Amino acid sequence: MMSILLDISHIDMEFPTPKGPFTALKDVDLKIKEGEFVSLIGHSGCGKSTVLNIVAGLHQATRGGVILNGKEVREPGPERAVVFQNHSLLPWLSAYENVELAVKQVFGKKKSKRETKEWIEHNLKLVHMDHAMHKRPDEISGGMKQRVGIARALAMQPDILLMDEPFGALDALTRSHMQDSLMEIQNELNNTVIMITHDVDEAVLLSDRIVMMTNGPAATIGEILEVGLERPRDRLALAEDPEYTHLRSEVLKFLYEKQRKVEVMATVKKEKKKKGDTQAA
Amino acid sequence: MSTTASLNENQEPKVEWLDKSIDALLKMTKTLAIPLAGIAVFLLMWSMAAQNIDTSLGKFPGPATVWGQFESLYQEHTAEREKEEAFYLRQEERNAKRVAEDPTYTPKVRAYTGKETFLDQIVTSLITVMSGFLVAAILAVPLGIAVGLSKTLNEAINPIIQIFKPVSPLAWLPLVTMVVSALYATPDPIVPKSFLNSMITVTLCCIWPMVINTAVGVASIDKDLINVSMVLRLPALKHIRKIVLPASVPMIFTGMRLSLGVAWMVLIAAEMLAQNPGLGKFVWDEFQNGSSDSLGRIMAAVVVIGFIGFLLDRMMLQIQKIVSWDKTSVTR
Repeated sequence: MMSILLDISHIDMEFPTPKGPFTALKDVDLKIKEGEFVSLIGHSGCGKSTVLNIVAGLHQATRGGVILNGKEVREPGPERAVVFQNHSLLPWLSAYENVELAVKQVFGKKKSKRETKEWIEHNLKLVHMDHAMHKRPDEISGGMKQRVGIARALAMQPDILLMDEPFGALDALTRSHMQDSLMEIQNELNNTVIMITHDVDEAVLLSDRIVMMTNGPAATIGEILEVGLERPRDRLALAEDPEYTHLRSEVLKFLYEKQRKVEVMATVKKEKKKKGDTQAA
Repeated sequence: MSTTASLNENQEPKVEWLDKSIDALLKMTKTLAIPLAGIAVFLLMWSMAAQNIDTSLGKFPGPATVWGQFESLYQEHTAEREKEEAFYLRQEERNAKRVAEDPTYTPKVRAYTGKETFLDQIVTSLITVMSGFLVAAILAVPLGIAVGLSKTLNEAINPIIQIFKPVSPLAWLPLVTMVVSALYATPDPIVPKSFLNSMITVTLCCIWPMVINTAVGVASIDKDLINVSMVLRLPALKHIRKIVLPASVPMIFTGMRLSLGVAWMVLIAAEMLAQNPGLGKFVWDEFQNGSSDSLGRIMAAVVVIGFIGFLLDRMMLQIQKIVSWDKTSVTR
């Protein structure tokens, strides 16, 4: 039995609005074991990102708290490295320099000049970016930028890796390449990961557990699905696997049967808005 | 058949090469010819209009007259330099003679006090505008960063900036003159008071656009980059050096270019108003002089002022291109 690394303990999140506090999250409670890959899935606007931001320390929960390694999380820190949805690389630095900034900040004088260089190059190699190390973000593709973002997060040697829809902005082909890369890295490093996603296949393919969130306001954890598929996983072999198909349909059922109400309302609203727009035009 | 085919094959690359060079030539004539044609039409209209304007100082100067004035201004400059050299030579000779006659005599060296030429005035104006601009940058960029980072500071300082920004720096000029006279009263000044007056006026004019643009640049940094800095726990100074400053460089330079352009215009006016050495004084002196050459010389100064303003802007653009990471922001 692996030990509990992260304890998200009964957190509520309220945002102040002119009409009074808006409850985004209500009693979200989740324990994550060391080396576990957990994905958070739910419709957009359900507060997945808020959960991640609270774990990252970028937001403070209104009630409850997050405990990592027996210590309460109060502020952001490199032991909870974040991979942001739109890469967030500093555009004026090369891929190498972006990772270097993180490595130098986290390890400082603990690594010699040579060790620092080797560590940066090692992490860029891990994400297959060693061929374009000295290119700037505007000279590489979206997928490559995200790879560098992952390398930067990995280079911090975090206790837990937080990924906020890391492949959401990529096209389908690039996304599956990135998922394969991530599984390969996971095989090697066995990091503890929380990943937010809205892609059902991605969730089933990558996760040990899928945490499905109900719709907001006052969103919370609806169901948790254990994914017992053996690793290493292969997307082609899994496509025919009955267990995989079953898990996939479980997630789909949750999203489109049990939690579909708000989604429908949202589309109606959008259509109405569209109508209004055309009329106005 | 086969001969024609081989002929074609031989000809094709040659034709392609010819086409390409013709294309390039066309492109070059297009990029060069149109502006040149514009200038030619302007010169034509100018000389036609000039012939029909009679002033109390003679006809309004046309392009040819102004060109003639450029030559005579340059000749005056070289003549003045020769005179200066001769003066120092004479002085040296005289001193050497007196020392030879009386070894206890310590020679006095007096500075040449001739009239400043057109070229001297250009140099003076350039030095003034650059030093005023630099002083403004040294003050404005840190202030702008502080205002951009702190909402409280922004709220405190913003009304002051908004009120002082629309004030013409020329309105400050009398105050600046009096304050400089009162505070800068050393018997042996490093820089002349007039230089200080002009420079402070330039600084006052540059400082507001720089502060505002820097503050806006800093305040509009991508939230994700701030989050990266927070996750890395960058200390405040490192955060400014590694994230804030590079991220806002494009906006800082936009502010700098804006203010340098305005500063150059304001400086000429300030020099005219305060009779401080520089191109503005040259223009005013010529106007007061009222000779038949005056208008031509003033027009020559106008052309030079315009040209220098253009070069200053190009220079800033070039620096911006080198310093800035965001190549898309540097297009105009």
